[in-house]
Parts: sequence; structure tokens; C-alpha cells
Amino acid sequence: MKKIEAIIQPHKLEEVKEAVKAIGIDGMTIAEVRGHGRQKGHKEIYRGMEYQVDLLPKIKVEIVVADARLDELIRTLVAAARTGKIGDGKIFVFDVADAIRIRNDDRGEAAL
Amino acid sequence: MRKVYFLIPLLATSLFAEDSRIDALEKAVKSAQSAGDNAWMLVSAALVLMMTGPGLALFYGGLVRRKNVLSTMMHSFVLMAVVTMLWAIFGYSVAFGEWTPFFGGGQYLFLNGVGTAPNDAYAGTIPQQTFMVYQLMFAVITPALISGAFAERMKFSGMLLFTVLWTSIVYFPMAHMVWGKGGLLNASLGGKIPCFDFAGGTVVHITSGISALICALYLGPRKGYGVDPMRPHNLVFSTVGACLLWVGWFGFNAGSALSASGLATSAFVATHFGAAAAALSWLFAEWVVSGKPSMLGGISGAVAGLVAITPASGFVKPFPAILIGAAAGVFCYFMVSAVKRRFNYDDSLDAFGVHGAGGTLGAILTGVFATKAVNDVWNGKPMGWVDGNAGQMLNQLVGCAIALVLAAVATWIILRVCDAVTGVRAEEEHEIEGLDLSLHGEEGYNFEA
Repeated sequence: MKKIEAIIQPHKLEEVKEAVKAIGIDGMTIAEVRGHGRQKGHKEIYRGMEYQVDLLPKIKVEIVVADARLDELIRTLVAAARTGKIGDGKIFVFDVADAIRIRNDDRGEAAL
Repeated sequence: MRKVYFLIPLLATSLFAEDSRIDALEKAVKSAQSAGDNAWMLVSAALVLMMTGPGLALFYGGLVRRKNVLSTMMHSFVLMAVVTMLWAIFGYSVAFGEWTPFFGGGQYLFLNGVGTAPNDAYAGTIPQQTFMVYQLMFAVITPALISGAFAERMKFSGMLLFTVLWTSIVYFPMAHMVWGKGGLLNASLGGKIPCFDFAGGTVVHITSGISALICALYLGPRKGYGVDPMRPHNLVFSTVGACLLWVGWFGFNAGSALSASGLATSAFVATHFGAAAAALSWLFAEWVVSGKPSMLGGISGAVAGLVAITPASGFVKPFPAILIGAAAGVFCYFMVSAVKRRFNYDDSLDAFGVHGAGGTLGAILTGVFATKAVNDVWNGKPMGWVDGNAGQMLNQLVGCAIALVLAAVATWIILRVCDAVTGVRAEEEHEIEGLDLSLHGEEGYNFEA
């Protein structure tokens, strides 16, 4: 099993959700996060005081899938979240040791 | 002929009846006027209280960081209660008694003799209690304005002691000098240096603004000032608060006519026009200088305009009001952006830049535009520069100078005293943690609750 953590633009969340659902992957967890990669932040001015805002709002999407479905998921995610501009985000992939469904003790891919 | 003889006794009784009918009519007219005036003045008193809470509490609360929202709102809120106690015990007496030109004395201590009968010296058509409670609301908001300068870093105990002493030593005597009968600067009740201040440009805004600057200098900047981002945490609050201030200000200025009269209307119009012009002039100044017109700029401009029109509101025509507002918007924008940065003092929420600067500009421009055509307080004698009385400018400047010196010196001394008794600056860990949690044991936003 693999876990992906995708950091995406907040306004792309709906498209990503729909696309992932369309390929039959049902589970995801999201969080509102702030961060930056190479993208520069922006400037805000309050009564003449300038503030450089480096950490921008992003959405982190976490999804765990069977190994066999990883490539398809990544292709789907990239297609849905891409605008082609700096700031589109990144996807990180991790190995997952096990998964347990709390309701009935299902384990491994059966628990996904 | 027989008919005429018959009419003589009838005529006599009807003449007699006419007299008592006129008496009754006069009484009815007086009571109707009193009812109208009293209704407006009670509404005005409520409007002015609304300026402090929720108006100023929201305006200032939104401008601070999230961790200090409650402590900042508390500054405004608690003064609604604290100043009321002072006012009842001795504040009203010191401000509106008639002892010396500087100090009202003890004739109304514990509100002795302040009942439903009017006080003819001030407002002959409304109960003195209405006048008393209306003026109280001004005493509430003035120290609350200063809190903008020490927000996010003052100890609560120190703030309480400071505002109790400040209101007693600076505000009450200053209110007496300008509005009290026989006060040194009173323009209509026998002041030696008559100074036009319709609704509190010197009494409220210059005193609080200058004191704010002294507080900012004495306390020093907030920890991390100029390094850590200190962005307003909720400009939605600030916008709602500023709009409540704008509406409340009709009670502040139009209510200062002390009657539901044409003068109240004139002050209402001047107030609104001044605020609107200032909102626009700040917005456009900012648009030109920094490239974008901001919501914060718009509301700051409106407040600056309201401050500047305050002393002038009952003395000027609508177009001079627009001029005063427009000047205030640009001037205060310059004060909070360029001047504050140049001298690098941390007036957290710009109490000095808006109230001190706007109040002084307004007081001076009142000397220019005050006219007997609006409010003939000197029975036909010329009033401001536009009436041909250029000498009034000097009186206005003296009024500003007295307010400035009294506020600055007294504030410095009071801060020294408070520093020795309770301390004024919050401890460093408390400031880092946020005053809400460290001083009040609560947080403004508990999203998990």
C-alpha cells in the first residue's frame, strides 16, 4: 500500500475530489495548511505597513491506495490539480506498513 | 342693542378664559418641546455608548492579532463600567460644576441635586439627568480611544489604574474648561479664551490622541515590532466597528446640540459629509501611494473624518465640512504611514495618528470655518475666519496647546505612578503567549469547542 500526500491549490480541491471519485477511490482526508515551495508569497499593506506573506494557504490531500492503483491515482491527481503555473503544489509518496478498519478489524488493502 | 348688553358679561368671562387658555397652550408647547428634546437626547446618549461597545471594541479588536482580541475589546468594555462609577461619584461634578475656570468643584458630588429638573445653564429643556448621562458617554469613550496605543502589551491592572487616574486628572478638568459654565475655554458660557469645540475635538480627541502617543513612547514597542508580522486578524470586525462608530457619531455630534433642533440637523449633516469625504480622500491617497485602495484605508479615513469634524460639526456649513473631512483623510493617512514609520514609535492601532492628528486639524479648521450663519453663539458677532474674525485662530491654537500640554504632562506622570504601583507593561512571556490567555484566562476563538 502507498500513501500519497498531495499539496494543492485550494481552488482545485473540488476538481481533485471529483476526479479521484470518478476512478473509484473512495477515501481521502484533507487539511487546510499553509506553506511554500519555490513560489514567492505576496505583499500586504496595512495603513502603509508592508508585510511579506510567504506562507500561502494550500490544501493537503492524503489518500492511501493499493500499490497497483498508485500510478493511475497520480496521473488523475496531476491532471486535475494542474494549472501550469508556479504554486500548483507537489505530491509525495510513502510506503504504508498496514491499515486497520476500526469497525471490524479488516486489515491491509481490505481495510481501504 | 339688547343683544349687546347681553354679551358684556359673556365677553368678560371669555377674556378670562382666553388668558388661561394661553397659559395652558404655553405649557403644552413647552412640554412638547421638552418631550421631543428629551427623546432625541436619550437616543443620542445610547448612540454614543454604542460607539464604545460594540463600535470601538470591534474596530480595535479586529486590528490586533488573534491572541489579543479579548484583552483589546476588554479595554473598551470595562471602561463603560469603570468611568460610569467615577462619573456618578465625582466626575460629573468636576466637569459641570461651576467652581473655577479649571475645575468644576463639588456641587454635584454623588449626583447631588441632579434630578429630572433641567439645568438651565446647559440645557433648559431636558432633565439634568439626561444631560448628565449623555455627557457620561463621552467620558467613557475618551480613555477607551487611548487603548489603541497600548493594545497588545499593557497589563490589565495597570490599564485600570491608568484610566481611572487619567479620566479624573485629564478628562474631567478638560471637559470643564471647554464645556463647563465659566470654564476657561468655554465659547458660550463666559470663558476667558473662548474656543470653539462643538462636540469634543480638544476635549476628546486631542487629549486622547496625545496621551496615546505618550503611552506608546513610554511603553515601548510591542515585542517583535517591525520584525514579526502584526497584521490585523479580522478586518471584518473592524469594518463593522467603524460603521457602528459612524452611526454612533450622529449621537455624539448632532446630540451635542442638546436639543432636537435645526442645529442638531446641521451638525448631523456636517458629520456625515465630513466622514464621507475623508473615507474617499484616504482611499484615493492610498491608491495613489501604494497602488491599491483598501477596506482598512476606507474605514480609517471615515474615522479620521469623524474625528476632524467633531469640533466643527455645530458651527460649519456642509461644504466646509466636506473640505475638513477631505483634508483629514489625507493628513491622517500621511501621519500613520509616513510619519509613524519615520519616527518608528509603535502606536499599535494609530490612536495618535487618527485622533491626535485629526483632532488637532479639526480644531484649527473649526477656527477657519465656524460661522454665525450656522450657530450664532455670540449674538451676531463674527465667529471664525470666514466671518472675518481671524483672531479666533489664536484661541483655537491656545485651546489645542492647553489640551496638548495637560494631556502630555499628566499622562507621563500618571504612567510613572502606575508603573510604581501596579506596573504597566505586561510581562514578556505574557505578551508572547497573548494577553487573552495570560491575563484573562480565556481565548477569543475556540473552534474545537
